[in-house]
Amino acid sequence: MKLCKKVKVVDVRPFGQPMTAGPEFFELRLENPGWDEWKPGQFVMLRPTSFGLEHVWARPFSIAMCDKQELTLFIQRVGRGTAHIAALEPGDHVLVWGPLGTSFVQEPDTHTLLLAGGVGIAPFKGYAILHPKRDNLRLVFAHRASARCYPYEQLADAVKAERVQEEKPEHLARVITLLHERISQYADGLVLACGPAPFLTTVRKYALEYGARCQLSLENRMACGVGACLGCVTPGVDGENRRVCVEGPVFWAQDIALGGGK
Amino acid sequence: MMDTTVRLPGLTLKNPVLTASGTFGFGLEFEDFGDLRTLGGIVVKGMSLKPRQGNPMPRVAETACGMLNAIGIQNPGVESFIKNKLPHLPWEDTAIIANLYACTAEEFGELADILSAEEGVAALEVNVSCPNVKEGGAAFGQDPVQIGRVTEAVKAKARNKPVMVKLSPNVADIGVCARAAEAGGADMLSLINTVTGMAVDLVTRKPLLANVIGGLSGPAIKPVALRCVHQAVRAVKIPIIGLGGIVTARDALEFILVGAHAIQVGTANFLRPDAAFRLVQQLPKDMEIIGIGSLDELRGTLVLPGA
Repeated sequence: MKLCKKVKVVDVRPFGQPMTAGPEFFELRLENPGWDEWKPGQFVMLRPTSFGLEHVWARPFSIAMCDKQELTLFIQRVGRGTAHIAALEPGDHVLVWGPLGTSFVQEPDTHTLLLAGGVGIAPFKGYAILHPKRDNLRLVFAHRASARCYPYEQLADAVKAERVQEEKPEHLARVITLLHERISQYADGLVLACGPAPFLTTVRKYALEYGARCQLSLENRMACGVGACLGCVTPGVDGENRRVCVEGPVFWAQDIALGGGK
Repeated sequence: MMDTTVRLPGLTLKNPVLTASGTFGFGLEFEDFGDLRTLGGIVVKGMSLKPRQGNPMPRVAETACGMLNAIGIQNPGVESFIKNKLPHLPWEDTAIIANLYACTAEEFGELADILSAEEGVAALEVNVSCPNVKEGGAAFGQDPVQIGRVTEAVKAKARNKPVMVKLSPNVADIGVCARAAEAGGADMLSLINTVTGMAVDLVTRKPLLANVIGGLSGPAIKPVALRCVHQAVRAVKIPIIGLGGIVTARDALEFILVGAHAIQVGTANFLRPDAAFRLVQQLPKDMEIIGIGSLDELRGTLVLPGA
């Protein structure tokens, strides 16, 4: 059951930066909207009151964690919409609808590789916390900004983790090399990835090459988040469009066509 | 008890609030956010004879107080609608209005023939005004002769279902288009469809839509919509359903004041998924605040200068 609820902001906690207004990387903690259940990989649509009529769309964010008290999101400020969200203060109200979309599979006894690119690390926080056999998880985190800007340390405390930074375009090769190497080790396991489209395209390529079962969490601009507007579609390998908000955001890698190819 | 009933030719609505085509899916997507039966009606996503995948991505972009879309009528086709969607909709309790899209008058007639045979379809809305497909829509919508021809073709196959023709604002004279639809036999009109527009990215130097040009909707176009409804009301005798940028119940009442019989809620469904349901709840309260007991007391009572 999806709910649309007005909830209070508990805290806006910047990562890797001083406590100044409008941080670039931050954790947004909200009151739990009264959900019965949710699964890692699902997302919410979030709309601060300050959007007014200027912004007609809410913004989609992966759920980092949700417990009985709080819903936590991890957000990077990129445009005017996220600037409004970064400027939120405790006690402010936001409208949230969710939980939305599909989730990552959880197979406790399968060796599972978590591949996160930048803010794509968000869903893996909840995934790791709720996984009954964390020894079977391994995280690879590729990032551009300093690792302190992301909830990486929290995750590295919970699961086996390594990271690779792409400070300059020349570093891209070492990201690709690491992804290739790790995926090749998980041919019999499970590979779960969340990050920007080129990152997912690379993951998909190696996962299919090594025959690893692989799920990818996609992002797209969304107007409604509930499957109505058809603005967020992505083509399947069969040529049929899939709605990222409903049939996704988490897809099996072999079902969708990424990067224009099959 | 406030009376919000709207009587249209061959169609009685329990309240004037319809959801606009393309913004409310097939209605079922919104079941978790409100009771569909409380709506005056649901105009479902535009459908064609055969399934369509629509335009390439990206095909939506947010703009100030609005959005652009160039979806291109992606839809599963009329047969799939009838088989997979209609049986799940509460058509006995709320008006389900099918939105028809085709490239020729003959195809429009064929669609009307198929849909008008369905007990669950309360009315047909004819999309002669989609700006996002090269063939059909836009060309029809800007040519009064074609509007009349398409309306006649649909009306000829509509059986007892009322026909609503959805007009484009992207024309020199909306009154001429309104009269063409009326002369073609339309039972009512809905307006406006989106206003053509575009948005660009200064960094990539590319348009924000793959289709380059799309249709603008949302609060940004409400003044355009009110102007078009105002002009259309004066051009024809048939009822008009107003839409374009309606978010609040007060917005809805403004369209009634200008002369609309009912309204459609479109982009507001993206502001929040319970927008249409909330508007239905709020409407009687705002009617009371402005001191009217029925919509008839307000409809078309706009006081013009010199009157």
